[in-house]
Amino acid sequence: MIHSPYVRKPASVQTVMLTVLLGLVPGVAAYVWQIGAGILVNLAIAGISALAAEGLILRLRNRPIRPAVTDLSALVTAALVVLCIPPIVPWWLTTLAVFIAIVAGKHLYGGLGQNPFNPAMVAYCTMIIAYPSLMSQWPAAGMLDFDTQLKLILGGARELDAITGATALDTLRTGLRAGTATVESVLQHDNFGFFGGRGWEWIAGAYLLGGLFLLMRGVITWHMPTAFIVALAVVSGIFWLSHPAQFASPAFHLASGGAMLAAFFIVTDPVSGATTPLGKLIFAAGVALIAYLIRVFGAFPDGIAFAVLLMNMCVPLIDMKTQPRVFGHREGPSR
Amino acid sequence: MITKLFNFHGGVKPDPHKAESADAPIRPAPLPPMLVVPLRQNARSQAHCIVEVGDKVLKGQRVGDAEGMLGTAVHAPTSGTVREVTEHPMAHPSGLSTHCVLIEPDGRDEWVERTPLDYLKAPRAHALAFLRDAGIVGMGGAAFPSHIKLGKGSGIDTLIINGGECEPWITCDDRLMRERAEGIMAGARILFDLIGAKRVVVGIEDNKPEAIDAMRTASAGLEVPAEVVAVPSLYPAGGEKQLIRVLTGIEIPHGKLGSEYGVQCFNVGTALAVHRAINFGEPLISRIVTLTGNVARPANYEVLIGTPVEALLPLAEPRPDTDRFILGGPMMGFALPDLRVPILKGSNCVIAASPALFPSPQPELPCIRCGACARACPADLQPFELYWYARSRNFGKAQEYNLFDCIECGCCAFVCPSHIPLVDYYRFAKSEIWARERDLMASDKARERFEFRNFRQEREKEEKAARLAAKAAETKAKLATREPAEDNLAAVPSTEAEDPKKALIAAALARAKAQKAVVAPRNIDIDTLSPEQQAEIEAIDARRKSSANAPEAPGKAPADSSPPAQVPATESDEATRQ
Repeated sequence: MIHSPYVRKPASVQTVMLTVLLGLVPGVAAYVWQIGAGILVNLAIAGISALAAEGLILRLRNRPIRPAVTDLSALVTAALVVLCIPPIVPWWLTTLAVFIAIVAGKHLYGGLGQNPFNPAMVAYCTMIIAYPSLMSQWPAAGMLDFDTQLKLILGGARELDAITGATALDTLRTGLRAGTATVESVLQHDNFGFFGGRGWEWIAGAYLLGGLFLLMRGVITWHMPTAFIVALAVVSGIFWLSHPAQFASPAFHLASGGAMLAAFFIVTDPVSGATTPLGKLIFAAGVALIAYLIRVFGAFPDGIAFAVLLMNMCVPLIDMKTQPRVFGHREGPSR
Repeated sequence: MITKLFNFHGGVKPDPHKAESADAPIRPAPLPPMLVVPLRQNARSQAHCIVEVGDKVLKGQRVGDAEGMLGTAVHAPTSGTVREVTEHPMAHPSGLSTHCVLIEPDGRDEWVERTPLDYLKAPRAHALAFLRDAGIVGMGGAAFPSHIKLGKGSGIDTLIINGGECEPWITCDDRLMRERAEGIMAGARILFDLIGAKRVVVGIEDNKPEAIDAMRTASAGLEVPAEVVAVPSLYPAGGEKQLIRVLTGIEIPHGKLGSEYGVQCFNVGTALAVHRAINFGEPLISRIVTLTGNVARPANYEVLIGTPVEALLPLAEPRPDTDRFILGGPMMGFALPDLRVPILKGSNCVIAASPALFPSPQPELPCIRCGACARACPADLQPFELYWYARSRNFGKAQEYNLFDCIECGCCAFVCPSHIPLVDYYRFAKSEIWARERDLMASDKARERFEFRNFRQEREKEEKAARLAAKAAETKAKLATREPAEDNLAAVPSTEAEDPKKALIAAALARAKAQKAVVAPRNIDIDTLSPEQQAEIEAIDARRKSSANAPEAPGKAPADSSPPAQVPATESDEATRQ
């Protein structure tokens, strides 16, 4: 650089991405412990697919391949895609999802830093619309051993009912929809643990741990996770308090599905999220609110991905309207 | 009493690198072979040169008079001879030249007569003019004239003395506070009186404990309420607006002076310069400069203003792998384009840079909107938004996002994980906007000029019409009085004379007729010719006739009375000529 500053903090995109990957380690470890090592196979498939997709599209776009592949952003996307979709989907579905995330979600908009939508969520939404049944097969904790998982991942025949069930969220909703059950009775089902899905609540706790690590390292700020968790707790709490028999508790909602993963790793995606302090609060709270509505009243197993995409669309407006007060200005810029 | 310190948003903690030179006491730098004293000390004004080549000048003698609202005087830093008044490269990123007085020192260092000022007895305006003529400007870097900052002498609650020195590597103010604390506080006392403040607060970053101790001791002897406050070491805590914020909680907006908010801030070096000027009559002719970085002997020197950087550098012995020299700190300074540039009143540090100390940055990656820059920005801006707008040349939007509140401190670029040279983008956008405003001003001027031209032409047309009308009326009046007497000339009926235009035409016709009457008869009246004229005409006619070999004379020609002998002569003349 010809001009000041002549000193730089030793920071890089690579370090940021590596920190995010490290933050995912507790969650993945808990995943392996509770659900099985199949997730590692999926991660490997997704990682290779992501690098291949990135290299291929950069070549097509005539862009330098090495800096983009080594910045680790593709691996973060791959890991998030895998952690969002069921752990026993066939390999081609993982690969397809990752290609959609990298090629359609990221590079068609211009690559790193240019995508208006969260690439992992774009992939998830595409997949759940294209393959609703495959995307709905979530094994409960301890249900499948590694061999079975591997067989399923590699494309083995699927005897669906015998091996997989719906998620806790699904079970709850279908149970309640039947009209005969209350929350209390549904929660007696095998699928449920202390707060949420059996086994999944541990994974949620591990995500929280990893998220705190990201906070500590300054990769994310407190705004988004706090706003997301508080908003989800408040909205589910209001419904729960008004009709406890019909609506699950905030603890259930926070421990179920991708809530914790979303709070620390999904809504915090800087590229597609809001950037001002107030904007971050609005953005994350909006995601939580929409996700709750889709979870409880919608038709999909979890609504976070759609909520994120919907809020992604609002980001330019949110950012524009929440510009912080500039030093010496009495109030925020008037726009 | 300051009981509570405030925070400013953001800030960064670069490696301070103060230890290298902080323990090197201030030493006078030797006289250079030539001093280059720039008449322009800041971007806003240039002093008016009052010496000529060959003049002998004494140390402290004025060589340039303050000119303009923001002007200050310029002085000879030592005694010697004016060798040249010329353009010389300046300590500015552009390396452009400005007008300088080149003085060759005579080595005697002989002072001009110094007269201190009893500023408490002198009128306030006199004291301010005294400071202006002593060349006192802010020594923290911007070189803003101090007498302007002293304002109207009322409405200031807090006088802040800035000993922040937050930029890495620089230790000149640290040394100054350690060694000359009493002088600084004496200067603070003068500023306190001149500005009419109620208290003095000295803000020093807490990584300079020796300076804080020395200043505390010195401030104890002051008869005015003074306090030395240690502020957290966080770049840019030494920035004027940031220090004011930390100490008082007041935020001074962009483009405003502290005096509008009841607070004013002076650098410690400026305070000392004020003390030397008022109490000893010494104008500002030297300052402390830190020489550090990739050098064998980091040091702090008292350097005469105008000393070329290349004359200073050998004192610190730069190492062989030094690839450039940075004037100022690494966060806001700039690489010197030319080492012949002189030290100015705001030049605080020269850093020898090497690839090892200041490695070239990694390649620029796309912005991932991580917001690290926004968290580091002391002006609460959203630097990445400014970057997008500057990059896409959307300058209007950049201004809307308060581009001009950016103080170019470099915090954003310091933290950027994508290694984007953010400050460069802002400098680019700012200069583009300035250029556009200049263009706009120029076109405004052109438009005004054009409109005035149209207006002028219109006005002249009207004036001409008025003049003609007045003349016509005059003529009409004249005709009306003349008509009975000269009815032979006015060949128009009297009813038509009422129309001024017709009267005018009639008058013109009459004038023409009269003129014709005077001139025409003289040309055709043959009867009134004198006999000599008649003879001459006849001679000419005869010549014409014979030369045309006309056998017959025209009937109306007068009788041929010319001697025939002349004709052959004329013919032979013609023949010889042919």
